[in-house]
Amino acid sequence: MKGKVAPMSVMKRVSLIFKSKANKALDRMEDPRETLDYSYQRQLDMLTQVRRGVADVATSRKRVELQMNTLQQQQTKLEGQAKQALGAGREDLAREALSRRAALQTQYTDLENQYHSLQADEEKLTAASQRLQSKVEAFRTQKETIKATYTAAEAQSRIGEAVSGISEEMGDVGMAVQRAQDKTAQMQARAGAIDELMASGALDDVTGTQRDDIQAELDQMRGGQDVELELERLKGEIGAAPAKEIESGPAEDGGAAQTSPARPAEQPQAGDGS
Amino acid sequence: MIVRILGEGQLEVDDSATDELNVLDSTLERAVNAGDEPAFRAALAALLDRVRSLGTPLAEDTIEPSDLILPFADADLEDVREMITGEGLIPG
Repeated sequence: MKGKVAPMSVMKRVSLIFKSKANKALDRMEDPRETLDYSYQRQLDMLTQVRRGVADVATSRKRVELQMNTLQQQQTKLEGQAKQALGAGREDLAREALSRRAALQTQYTDLENQYHSLQADEEKLTAASQRLQSKVEAFRTQKETIKATYTAAEAQSRIGEAVSGISEEMGDVGMAVQRAQDKTAQMQARAGAIDELMASGALDDVTGTQRDDIQAELDQMRGGQDVELELERLKGEIGAAPAKEIESGPAEDGGAAQTSPARPAEQPQAGDGS
Repeated sequence: MIVRILGEGQLEVDDSATDELNVLDSTLERAVNAGDEPAFRAALAALLDRVRSLGTPLAEDTIEPSDLILPFADADLEDVREMITGEGLIPG
């Protein structure tokens, strides 16, 4: 590899490879004017391919964007849970929620990088597609002029120039589409993996134990608190009511506690008035 | 002369820049032959940056073959190896 090839520069070798591809396209046809039509057909195909490439990259980008939104919602939820837990004096739960949130942040950063990379690819491909479009239009005009004005022999050199110019462009665009597609395929695979994770609930619960056990515990805790609060409120109510009722029957206490939770706000005044 | 940076398009670069570009290209060549990825990345970036700053983009409807073709900016060593051996990278 180092021996004979080494003296030739990278620039020149890449150029030569492209030129040999273009020449193959030219050699294929007996009548050079046929080459024009053949090349034009391939240009149209390539335009379709690039546009499809742009659409694929855009779809991929949107998918990543959706996943980013979901992860962000999840993070907000975990932060809320952490606050709630702290408020209830459960530092252990808050710590757990925050560590899960940190794990999601790593995923999020990864997605964010993918998003920017796809966005850059999309822009590049869109620009490439526009360049090719302009060149294809120019080629079509030249093609008609050459066919109308020149004999096959005269046309040869002009065709050579136009065809090698455009096939270089197509080689370039073709490579760009190929690269974008390879990359998109990789990202789709990763996005698929994340979708599966989300569906399985593993992202809700990074530790892989019970599904959203933090919320369950918080709910339970809050449930407990609500009962306590309700009890306090009831005690207050009863305390404020005429003392004789309390004296007269503890059995009525039980009755009041049963009906009260259904209408916590209205009950006191209405009950007192009657 | 016309220089194409793959993935970016063609630029018109004054012939007087040839020597300077050749020096940058030789550095790139050495990095490719040595299989030195960091050196390769630096050399490619330097070459492309120089071409971008010296060159003027060609009009989009110009159809002309380039005198020189350079790898795309995020190419790695393997990409360039494939490119200069003509293996598979260029469709058609």
